[in-house]
Amino acid sequence: MLKILKTRINQGYKTYNFPKKLPAMADFFKGLPQINSDNCGSCTLCIEECPVSAIEKLDGTISIDIGKCIFCNKCADICPENSIVFTKEFSLSTTEREKLLTNNVETFIKEREFKAEELGLFKKSFNIRVVSAGGCGACEADINVLNTLTFDLSRFGIHYVASPRHADGMIITGPVTKNMELAVKKVYQAIPSPKVVIAVGACAISGGLYADSCENYNGISDLIPVDLFIPGCPPNPYTILDGLLRLIGKIKS
Amino acid sequence: MKKIITTIHNNEPIPLNKIPVLNPGEFTEELGALLSSKYHLSAYFADLQNELLYAVCSDAEKGLLYVLAGTIDSGQFISLTPRFPQTQLFEREIFEETGFTPVGHPWLKPVRFPPNSKYKIGEPPFFKMEGDEIHEVAVGPVHAGVIEPGHFRFQCHGEKVYHLEISLGYQHRGIEKKIVSGSNKKNLYLIETAAGDTTIGHTTAYTQILEYLTNNKVSISDNIVRSVALELERCANHVGDIGALAGDAGFLPTHAFCGRIRGDFLNMTALLCGNRFGRGLIVPGGIGYQISDSIIENLSVKIKKGLKEFLDASKLMFDNPSIVARFQSIDKLNLESSIDLGIVGPAARAAGITRDIRQDFAYGNYRFSSIPVSGHIRGNVYERAYVRWLEVQVSVKYILDQLKKLNNSDKTSEKSDNKELRPKKNSLIVSLVEGWRGQICHTAITDNEGNFRKYKIYDPSFYNWFGLAQALRNQQISDFPLCNKSFNLSYCGHDL
Repeated sequence: MLKILKTRINQGYKTYNFPKKLPAMADFFKGLPQINSDNCGSCTLCIEECPVSAIEKLDGTISIDIGKCIFCNKCADICPENSIVFTKEFSLSTTEREKLLTNNVETFIKEREFKAEELGLFKKSFNIRVVSAGGCGACEADINVLNTLTFDLSRFGIHYVASPRHADGMIITGPVTKNMELAVKKVYQAIPSPKVVIAVGACAISGGLYADSCENYNGISDLIPVDLFIPGCPPNPYTILDGLLRLIGKIKS
Repeated sequence: MKKIITTIHNNEPIPLNKIPVLNPGEFTEELGALLSSKYHLSAYFADLQNELLYAVCSDAEKGLLYVLAGTIDSGQFISLTPRFPQTQLFEREIFEETGFTPVGHPWLKPVRFPPNSKYKIGEPPFFKMEGDEIHEVAVGPVHAGVIEPGHFRFQCHGEKVYHLEISLGYQHRGIEKKIVSGSNKKNLYLIETAAGDTTIGHTTAYTQILEYLTNNKVSISDNIVRSVALELERCANHVGDIGALAGDAGFLPTHAFCGRIRGDFLNMTALLCGNRFGRGLIVPGGIGYQISDSIIENLSVKIKKGLKEFLDASKLMFDNPSIVARFQSIDKLNLESSIDLGIVGPAARAAGITRDIRQDFAYGNYRFSSIPVSGHIRGNVYERAYVRWLEVQVSVKYILDQLKKLNNSDKTSEKSDNKELRPKKNSLIVSLVEGWRGQICHTAITDNEGNFRKYKIYDPSFYNWFGLAQALRNQQISDFPLCNKSFNLSYCGHDL
């Protein structure tokens, strides 16, 4: 027992005071994109090179659909004018799919809304059933890590539960493989209303790298309506945590 | 003696016309002879278009790969499973993918349930035990914890498990098909997400294949960074595994501390490329980011701290007699079974097979700086945990040594004088990498244009899932979570 206490003292208190204190992301971290389309002209290099066809050009302005984006930085590397920059802004979540088509950090943050008043029921206690439906393991790992000391999910009243009957909502990762379709539907039906569906990662939002294949759907929206989109590949744990807290109203916009 | 077995080295491309094509009888005989000599069957697949079988056996002692090619007669070939259990999953996969039937295979069960499968996932015939008090426990695909989906079916009598059957395929996304048929620009990213927690392992194998097919030399410093990234991936996952094992035994201090320390190791990989799983770090030709001296300095400081905290946290667990007693003598996979089943990685090393690709088939930086192999004997949960504990320490020491070299080495890329623009045509190449779960094997065949005609990915989980099922035999069902975590295999790496 004494050894355990001694080790606890050695390890120290490691829970980060998020959201009061904002974390510093790594130097090469790629968050929300900021794009300046002034020098684009007829160049479409970024659109051609994007592995997930996430880039669109409308009225001469380039935007990236971060619901498809895997944050590989190819577009930023290939742009001859250095017009695309992935900033350190890690708060990427929205409740509306259309808002994920973005090119300006400030506009993105200002225009998104969260239905926190409607979901006020979950503010103090939010139980989530996590279902991996074709995810590669990275989104699952970063969802799991929220239970560790640094993030300490349960201090916000959020828990991952084993039974869908105990859950208030469902997190989906992966593009939803055809082989998991029945399981996902059954879990959704088993969760009592009111319920919430959260798509974590590019695959769950749009199919990501696996879009348009016969083995899977293009994300969970193909099967059930989604309440929260958390983009990334995988989203940084702070991105996921920020999204969950905004959804239930613990962080006000 | 007629030369019918082609010998190559790890990452050495060979023209297809240099591989003699054997008739079915000869192929079965030669492959049988290789497997009798206890070589590991690393790849075994069929080329549907040309109706050929290819097999690759690896000889760890000599560091050689033996390649065999054989024809298929009227859509059938002779099954080697009755004599050599390690071929069973390969033959089932060949049957599912191409329809070529291995005659004599005991049970051609589905592997991944692709869209054209005649079986419906969740309903294949399962091995059943009959009896009055027998009960069947079915777990999955949706499990209690936050993990990937898979189905486990236990045949039990009371608490004792007589047989465990594992049915996967829930994560099947058709990656191998996409690599061959899709546009090349997606390939690297598909490989990165084949098994999302083994990004560095799989991308190392893929980029090596591209580089050796085009004579594109990777600079010494880039190779060093690649090996550092691979060892960081190993450390992060082993630290996480030890924490998870402690958690499953009910020992929360180590579970809590290791969960956090694993996050610290993942953040060290993020120092190199911005992504905790190493996405974008390894690219064909080298690495995707400039690693400055300040990053090297920062990384060295963080990793020394990480190791110290890990040893502090894990010592609590290994010093605790009740935890050690819980881990010992359960879920044993002994040396003989491990060899027969073709087990790889820490699970194999814990049973006494001293097989490590970094030593036996050295590639990249490991050709210049070797790394000691950690092993044990007996093969219980305890030994699998202990081998991981040893490997973290060995890897951290290796990383610190390599970072010193990186500081002093020339960081400009070596000019490849005879680099080719297109990959070699009509060639076969095998790349083996020691991922954190074990041997990763990528095998590629190129066509007339140098594009991939066939690309096979074997994650270490492909070799090891059956080992997990065997280790549960005659054990208590309540030991299953510990057994599962002590192997910690990838569902999506198997399902692709």
